[in-house]
Amino acid sequence: MSEVRRPTRGSWAVLAFPLAMLTLFFLAPFAIMVATSFYHRIEGGFYEPAFEFASWQRLLQGVFLERTLFSIGICLLAGAVCIVIAFPFTYFLTRMRRRSHVALLVLIMSALVLSEVIVGFAWSVLLGRAAGISNVLVWLGVMSEPAAYQPSFLAVLLGLSYIAFPYCILALYPQLSRLDPELTEAAQTMGASPWRTFWTVVVPIGRPIILAGFLLAFVFTLGSYLIPAFLGRPEHWTLSVFISDQATFNANVPFAAAMALFLTVLSLGVVGIVTWFEGRTRR
Amino acid sequence: MRALKWVLTTFVVLFILAPLIVVAVVSFNQNRYMDFPPEGFSFHWYAELWNDVGWRDAIVTSLLVAATSAALAVVIATPMAFVLRAYDIRLAPAIFALGILPFLLPPVISALGALVFWSSLGFSGRLENIIISHAIFFSTLPLITVSLAMETMDPALPEAAQTLGANPRTSFRTVTLPLLVPSMITGYAAAFVLSLNEYIIAFMVSRFSVVTLPIKIVNDLRYGFTPTIAAVAVVFILIATTTFALFALFGNLLKFLGADPAILERER
Amino acid sequence: MLARGGLRLDGLVKRFGDVEAVAGVDLELPPGKLISFLGPSGCGKTTMLRMIAGLERPTEGRVYLDDGDITDQPPHLRDIGMVFQTLALFPHLSVAGNVGYPMRIRGAQKPEIQARVDELLGLVSLHGLGDRRISQLSGGQRQRVATARALALEPRLFLLDEPLSALDANLREQLQVELRLLQQKLGITTIMVTHDQREAMTMSDLVVVMNQGRVEQVGEPLDVYRHPGSPFVASFIGRTNLIKGEASDGQVRVGDRPFHVDGVVGSGPVTLSVRPEDAHLQTTPAPERNALTGRVVFVRDLGELFECFVDCGLDDPVVVAGSPRERVDVLQGQSVSVVFPREACVVVEG
Repeated sequence: MSEVRRPTRGSWAVLAFPLAMLTLFFLAPFAIMVATSFYHRIEGGFYEPAFEFASWQRLLQGVFLERTLFSIGICLLAGAVCIVIAFPFTYFLTRMRRRSHVALLVLIMSALVLSEVIVGFAWSVLLGRAAGISNVLVWLGVMSEPAAYQPSFLAVLLGLSYIAFPYCILALYPQLSRLDPELTEAAQTMGASPWRTFWTVVVPIGRPIILAGFLLAFVFTLGSYLIPAFLGRPEHWTLSVFISDQATFNANVPFAAAMALFLTVLSLGVVGIVTWFEGRTRR
Repeated sequence: MRALKWVLTTFVVLFILAPLIVVAVVSFNQNRYMDFPPEGFSFHWYAELWNDVGWRDAIVTSLLVAATSAALAVVIATPMAFVLRAYDIRLAPAIFALGILPFLLPPVISALGALVFWSSLGFSGRLENIIISHAIFFSTLPLITVSLAMETMDPALPEAAQTLGANPRTSFRTVTLPLLVPSMITGYAAAFVLSLNEYIIAFMVSRFSVVTLPIKIVNDLRYGFTPTIAAVAVVFILIATTTFALFALFGNLLKFLGADPAILERER
Repeated sequence: MLARGGLRLDGLVKRFGDVEAVAGVDLELPPGKLISFLGPSGCGKTTMLRMIAGLERPTEGRVYLDDGDITDQPPHLRDIGMVFQTLALFPHLSVAGNVGYPMRIRGAQKPEIQARVDELLGLVSLHGLGDRRISQLSGGQRQRVATARALALEPRLFLLDEPLSALDANLREQLQVELRLLQQKLGITTIMVTHDQREAMTMSDLVVVMNQGRVEQVGEPLDVYRHPGSPFVASFIGRTNLIKGEASDGQVRVGDRPFHVDGVVGSGPVTLSVRPEDAHLQTTPAPERNALTGRVVFVRDLGELFECFVDCGLDDPVVVAGSPRERVDVLQGQSVSVVFPREACVVVEG
């Protein structure tokens, strides 16, 4: 290695501070949480050190498994919706004239800085009975009376897609802007219509980032608390909601800890499996 | 195909704008109840944000937490990004993964971990708890922005500095650090915004004793709606849009988002 | 000017894992001269330069500057100035900021720095450009800033790592001359790494030809050109025809034709090197000695230069080159003979 790149005592000392912070305030809490999952729950929201599997066993209950499957399902769906719309949209975006290009990016970045609670609130109004879409339709004479579309599965799905959408675009943007226009031009000189070019040239080249964007949306929505809590009934709640619910209102912290760890493994697991699978089918 | 492009673009624009428009309409509504068509026009709810102590405190608290935790996040992330990219360290990928992990995991996990951690230490519901937990959680962002800046920097620069007589510390201070400042600012801004908006960690760590803006909004919504909430949302949106629009006009938004330099040459 | 900057390399070896980038180099280089390390990519020349600069630590061997052992010295304590391949100009500093950097970090005062910067900018013909940002400069101007910066403190060694490779051909040739004149004016010991043999020939007092981590030959440019010591050197510097033959008792035969060559002793396989411009093309019957017959494969008439490729049954076609005056009218496929004068044949192997 180059001499200049050889770590010195000073460089290790500099690294020590962030490492100490991360160990103390991330690894330690994580470790404590692992321990807590084995603790004994006491009524009233407390828990005492112990080593029992009660909380872990509850993971095997039907209710929990059902919640897990639902969470995975709706988040995969939200991720799919996001990427299916975001990919062609970003592709067109990168080819737009500068003014509209920049204007759209400003719009999308603005949506990015909204907090989940505001997004949830806005969608609850939009899909609600008082001042939402249905009210506009009634006012236009298309509908006879207003209807509420939330709380519902659709509302949660729309909300999740909304918060994940700008992130998908940001993830796709760098690579798609680098897509050589000569590739699509070459395909067209060989007789492919724009539609065919898109499917036979752009999509295959974009496969890695499509997958990355999809996984990003999936992991992101899996972690969302406020959207499912706000826009869905308890049957539409994801694990994130379930866990915080258990920790706060039900005051069963050990169980919440066990579920949280399970969710960690789940998140990393799905990402790992899909990435591995993609790597295998690549060749 | 061109038709598809316009359909898609219109759909996306409407999709993104729809909730924003709704919220804006509601925020200007004169009376307290949401209805459509709205009755009357008023800035009353915006004034509430300043007049009502509860809202004012929540806003100030959130700004304080965001400003401090973002600064701490940058202070944690920058040395890490620098050392990992400037030197050949064998464990670098593992350490980097550790830095990414807090942000990668569902927030509920970090929130619960923080909750358990702080209660076991006996510190509950303190402002410092949120600041520190946010700083750790969001340190991933400056870590990524600063690492990226390090990667795109010419590796010969510190070597040149040393051949010109600068020892490693001087080389860092006079050459590397000035070139990292833009990425540190970006990381700060990202962490700031995310902290401002963050609910679940703040909620679980503070347990009703510290009220940030998102916490106040959620609490208020439980008891019924006030258009003040909509006013907050509109203020947020306006600040964000203005910031990005300014950036786009005077800075280089496209390059910032990773666009290919050739794109910048295209006709207006 | 006192000649300082005598460099001695003693048994230098550099290994990166299993790869031996520098496989044992002993060199003694005179001060005050421009020395080129010349060779193809991967021959170890850049690694050698970096070891001299202190940016790489030798696996074995020592480096001496003016008889002082500098092997263990870190780069910032060595008395060197270096120009990098990417130039490594600090983007956040102006031209004056870059050139004044070495003085600023040593705590010099502003007026002093300003004076010296002006002097240096004058030296490289960049008067008055002190306030420019690096991004506003052309390629040639940036090169000059990098040079001025490296020379700011009058170092004992001036090191250049392929300094002109990023420039286009015309600019490169112009800067080659400029750099050489500058070096002669200052009398500074300069070591330059390049893969462009024309560059080395243009600028150097001494050429060190390297291949696969070893030094193949050291000498003055023209000397190395006229008397290459190996087939590699012969074909790397300029072009040449490599002719394999068999020697017996001091006489050489190529195929079945006798060749009179100087400096052949003993017996065994030999390889001769004859430069294309030394060979002659003949349409008349070939002389008995030092000639081969063959068919014309290709004629390249560039107006200013005339080249003919002849297949004489060797591994590669023989190339005969000459100025327009020496032009011989031949057609593709025509039978011709090529004459290799005795004084032009150099034994490079065997």
